[in-house]
Amino acid sequence: MTDFHLIVPEATLLGLACLVLLVDAFRSPRSTAATFWTAILAGLVVLGQIAAFVPEAPGIGFHGSFRLDVMGAVLKAFCVVLTLFSFFYTREYCEKRKVAMSEFYPLALFATLGMMLLISANSLLTVYLGLELLSLSLYALVAMNRDSAASSEAAMKYFVLGALASGMLLYGISMVYGVTGTIDLPELLTRATAAGDKRILVIFGLVFMVVGISFKLGVVPFHMWVPDVYQGAATPVTLFIGTAPKLAAFAMAVRVLVFGLSGLAAEWQQMLIVLCVLSMGVGNIVAIAQTNFKRMLAYSTIAHMGFLLLGILSANGKGYAASMFYSTVYSLMSMGAFGSIILLANERSESDQLSDLAGLAKRSPWFAFMVLVLVFSLAGVPPFAGFWAKWFVLKEVIAAGYVWLAGLAVFFSLIGGYYYLRVVKLMYFDQPEGRPAITASPDLKLVLSVNSLAVLALGLAPGILMSVCLSAMSYQP
Amino acid sequence: MISLAHYLIVGAVLFCLSVAGIFINRKNVIVLLMCIELMLLAVNLNFIAFSHFLGNLTGQVFVFFILTVAAAESAIGLAILVVLFRNRSSINVEDLDEMRG
Repeated sequence: MTDFHLIVPEATLLGLACLVLLVDAFRSPRSTAATFWTAILAGLVVLGQIAAFVPEAPGIGFHGSFRLDVMGAVLKAFCVVLTLFSFFYTREYCEKRKVAMSEFYPLALFATLGMMLLISANSLLTVYLGLELLSLSLYALVAMNRDSAASSEAAMKYFVLGALASGMLLYGISMVYGVTGTIDLPELLTRATAAGDKRILVIFGLVFMVVGISFKLGVVPFHMWVPDVYQGAATPVTLFIGTAPKLAAFAMAVRVLVFGLSGLAAEWQQMLIVLCVLSMGVGNIVAIAQTNFKRMLAYSTIAHMGFLLLGILSANGKGYAASMFYSTVYSLMSMGAFGSIILLANERSESDQLSDLAGLAKRSPWFAFMVLVLVFSLAGVPPFAGFWAKWFVLKEVIAAGYVWLAGLAVFFSLIGGYYYLRVVKLMYFDQPEGRPAITASPDLKLVLSVNSLAVLALGLAPGILMSVCLSAMSYQP
Repeated sequence: MISLAHYLIVGAVLFCLSVAGIFINRKNVIVLLMCIELMLLAVNLNFIAFSHFLGNLTGQVFVFFILTVAAAESAIGLAILVVLFRNRSSINVEDLDEMRG
């Protein structure tokens, strides 16, 4: 039991998520308030514990399968904060659309538990278990909208492709285990580097593991599930999938590729270059053709994930920190963007078409400005946070000697600028044409405003978050 | 004598069959679920063979976890299948085409 202090937040979250499940089973049939507030309480307690247990030095426990370090603590805290925000958006969506989605809260908490395990993984077994806990919860979340044909289709596609990705990852793990005889990441680091003539087999395993990671990040050519899931799932579910799990996927890539296999950095750099060029290209170009806002944001996610890989492939501490900054800022921006769809939603429609944004400036000038901030930030316009995210990543890529790659990234971002600016044009220069005025509860107004202003504030003072990311990534194996 | 290579070849063949099954199958979603199970079992075979020939128990422990997760995974998969069938009265893979582009 001497290791128990390492997993206090996870253990608490497990208990509290079960409690939320019970509360949801016995709540009054008319109101989901009890479930909602228990879930919020659970998130806050776990957040407090994460903050209280930030380690001085990395602590490894449970026979080397769990690792608590500053990077883990910071990423977990971000994940929990994002989950808490998503709860507020979800409640608002349920009220607007007159649906009860109280299962969302326990499932999202279990998904958060999976993310926390994944973030703290120190062995490939923990990576797998964390990933599956996260993925299984997400499959159920996507399918939650029971009466929608699109939702169940999206859930089925997500499930099959996700299971395929897990299978690929496992096959890679089995190969790496067969050569090195270990699934412990630090041990793997020394043995994979010293694999000698069996190195080619480790690389064979690495290819499969990179495929698995790419599926979870949703980068081309393993992106097929992203647009369908984003479009088919209910908006708060999409909001959830598009935010915190991206941080977890980033952590997974870092744990496996850096902590476990940085001896093969030269090999995985080549793979990541291909993946990120394809993602930025396909994501930005196909997004132009979309008319559904959620589907457009899905392709924009694909492009952003390609950008995120740029930082990892520069293969040094500053590059990882830049990627971490990118993933955090991206999560915040995409949360706001999906939040704006919830803002537009009403009882009759999900309002996820781009045309639903028309004339937003006349219907609600303040929220049009908030969406403007988010969209400019997604496009990478200074001085918003999205610009700095791109700037830090590009700086590291150039420092690592891939000037052509940085040039290509800027070129694709310029193409991407087109479809983001189209959103601005719709909001500010088109007429509302009888679209209803914006009605939203004070909660949503507050949360969305805080969300957008945080993006603006991070853009004006990016140094604070960047120094957190740098200190989180200061330890190198 | 059966060597490690034999086990690995069987594992690889099963794995390829299941991946091919997922991509080639155009008729029935249940076949997809079976392919997913087969894929996990192929990986299990790999793990056990490696574990035996390395004289290292880690691989066998890993297999226990994979089997457990696979059970949970097929439960979720079948649940989604039921929802899908209720909504569209069909489990034909080719009918899963509402969203495109």
